[in-house]
Amino acid sequence: MTEPRESPLYDPGAPFPIPEGYASGSRLERVLRAGRFAVTAELNPLDSADLREVYDRAVVLSEVADAINASGANTHMSSVGICALLTRAGYSTVMQISCRDRNRIAIQGDVLGAAAMGVRNILCLTGDGVQAGDQPGAKPVFDLDSTSLLATIRTMRDDRRFLSGRAITVPPRVLLGAAENPFAPPYNFRPLRLAKKIAAGAQFIQTQYCYDIPLLERFMARVRDMGLHEKAFILVGVAPLASARTAKWMRSNVPGVHIPDDVIARLESAANQKAEGKALCVDLIQRIRAIPGVAGIHMMAYRQEELVSDIVQASGALAGRRPSQNPGARPVHDPSIRRTAS
Amino acid sequence: MNVGTATLRSGGALEAAISAGRFVLTAEITPPDAASADAVAARAGVLKGAVDAVNVTDGAGARAHMSAFAAAAVLARLGIEPVLQFTVRDRNRLALEGDLIGMSALGIPNLLCLHGDDVKAGDQPETKMVYDIDSRALMSLARQLRDEAVLPSGRKIDPAPRLFVGAADAPQDPKPDFAPKGIEAKIAAGADFFQTQFVYDVVMAKRYFGRLRDLGITERASFIVGVGPLLSVKQARWMNENLFGVSIPEPTIARIEGAADQKAEGRAICVELIQAFAEIPGIAGAHIMAPQQKADAIAAVAEAAAVRGRPRA
Amino acid sequence: MLAVRLWSVRNARLLERVYAVFEPLFAGLAPLWRRIGLDRAERPIAAAERTIKGLLFDCRMCGRCVLSSTGMSCPMNCPKTLRNGPCGGVRENGHCEVKPDMPCVWVKAWEGSTRMAGGDKIGMVQPPVDHRLKDSSSWLRIVRERADPVQSLTP
Repeated sequence: MTEPRESPLYDPGAPFPIPEGYASGSRLERVLRAGRFAVTAELNPLDSADLREVYDRAVVLSEVADAINASGANTHMSSVGICALLTRAGYSTVMQISCRDRNRIAIQGDVLGAAAMGVRNILCLTGDGVQAGDQPGAKPVFDLDSTSLLATIRTMRDDRRFLSGRAITVPPRVLLGAAENPFAPPYNFRPLRLAKKIAAGAQFIQTQYCYDIPLLERFMARVRDMGLHEKAFILVGVAPLASARTAKWMRSNVPGVHIPDDVIARLESAANQKAEGKALCVDLIQRIRAIPGVAGIHMMAYRQEELVSDIVQASGALAGRRPSQNPGARPVHDPSIRRTAS
Repeated sequence: MNVGTATLRSGGALEAAISAGRFVLTAEITPPDAASADAVAARAGVLKGAVDAVNVTDGAGARAHMSAFAAAAVLARLGIEPVLQFTVRDRNRLALEGDLIGMSALGIPNLLCLHGDDVKAGDQPETKMVYDIDSRALMSLARQLRDEAVLPSGRKIDPAPRLFVGAADAPQDPKPDFAPKGIEAKIAAGADFFQTQFVYDVVMAKRYFGRLRDLGITERASFIVGVGPLLSVKQARWMNENLFGVSIPEPTIARIEGAADQKAEGRAICVELIQAFAEIPGIAGAHIMAPQQKADAIAAVAEAAAVRGRPRA
Repeated sequence: MLAVRLWSVRNARLLERVYAVFEPLFAGLAPLWRRIGLDRAERPIAAAERTIKGLLFDCRMCGRCVLSSTGMSCPMNCPKTLRNGPCGGVRENGHCEVKPDMPCVWVKAWEGSTRMAGGDKIGMVQPPVDHRLKDSSSWLRIVRERADPVQSLTP
């Protein structure tokens, strides 16, 4: 459902009419269903209540991304908040909902609210442990898990009702996504876990960072055997490594990140490690793109957003295509946004 | 409360009106069961210009609705100033902090911190209740974010959100040894204003706010008194029996019972209550709630009372 | 206790057989439980269940037991109480992201399920846990559910 044109809430950038057979009005869904190799990119969390910062960071990603993930990891501005700001300005967003911080009452409310504000893609996550953040004393909620979260939102969208059975008058027309990590144990369970998420409603998948192509190939072979690549669009996570030191730090401190020794050796032997990190990322994208069943990439360049555009262009992933984001289309009735336009 | 405009904390119109010594009106809506901004507009549009700010409830009746945060963001875009209600039942501190940081950016200046009903009262009693922090800790958190621009972990937030922080209160007839410890604690935690449970007894309100004034409390925080148009005698009796801290006097109930049109009489009573509260020193405004009626009822009562913006008693 | 819990996963096939005998037996005694009164039987049976399953599985008494679908590794021991599989944070050595000294509950669940005859049940999507059922007996719930599938949803 989109706001009618005459509504004072109409967003010139956000809505698309929903084609027959589509789940949502999402741009990402259109690109994926058209069989194009898709690119999504992550906007890193903000410690700020400032609009300019949100837009400044988003505009560089929008050159190459079909949709921008607004992550709300630990405590930063909430994903709903960032997505509301971005969709108003014409960006296509992927809202991330984690099960760590909210129970099912709050989550269902956020889904309706986000969809009302123009969010058309929702990524359902379990969420990191609270011990990973700077407030380890916070109470982990985990009332739902990522799989039951998918099933919950699918019920809201397709059956037009809350989990309790109460009716929803305007359902949230969103494309549903899930995360998978093919690079963490138990490796043989991972494809089955993916199948469970797809059975629960996942339509697109964004994976953890990929630095191990053989491991990804084995995973994708199993995925193809199970026919899962035909039931969901799989976007593989990639990111440039700034240096061998960063890479070592990441693999020992960020849970679920797997970086093989040969990758670190390649960076170490390079004269310019940062440039080598970029080149490595371009290589990875090209090799990932060659794997049958992969529908796109998900760029997560933590604090290196400015590199994303170069890397994606250099990789040829877009095949000459220009993502149809339209940040120029800003709503005229929102003075706060006009003020920050540059 | 005589706070000069120079020290305004939220940049919102509600705080500005209160600071300027004007009698304010606030209203309450429940967000719709729809993924539609227009559905919010349909519910609240009539309140634009009729009241100073509109509260959006958070999981009212322990049921899922559109999130209060989203509904408040929609109201802000419509030019209706929202009061965001936050319960600590459904979110842990990380989620609450994330939304507090986002409030200002979306034009939401006011926050009302609440405990939240038990999920057993709602339609998903199987839900896990969170209660990571209590409502007072939420007030402190909001104040710390606003005044010190840091999270409890010490991480800086720049720029800090600008917030007018509220708490709930349930006025009772004060006993001779009445000491409003709860209110004191909430003010100490960071409450700038209070919105109260329904009050239908003017004499009691005079005594209660008289005492708060004597104790200097109404100088330190602003009190917006809860009112609502009663639909029927049945509803009045139900409220007396089931709502915490509500006591509708028998003469009021008898007056509705004797009326040809109970609904019209309920509205007339509500208008008179608002007008009476506007005459009581220590009361900063009235908060109009009509959970079983449309917002037109609230707008009609607000208009008939014609006290909004008047210099406070 | 972790050592016993890991023993249970190693012996998932044996425990599956024990369950296959025990469950119909217990459910078959439904007339007895009903004569005693399900509500009166609740406390002693829940206590017995807590003791036995606490020893074998570090059972957390969620009230909706899924051990037969999780390789005899109780998912409520996962710090995120995930009931449908592991999160993405599992360490390379198969240990937990949150508790680095503990093997991931779901790594163990996968191992256990590969030993079980009905191990493919690990692929079933589990609904979210009903928090009202905490500390109640799952065994008696089976009896209640067979008697009245709708009524049994409220404890």
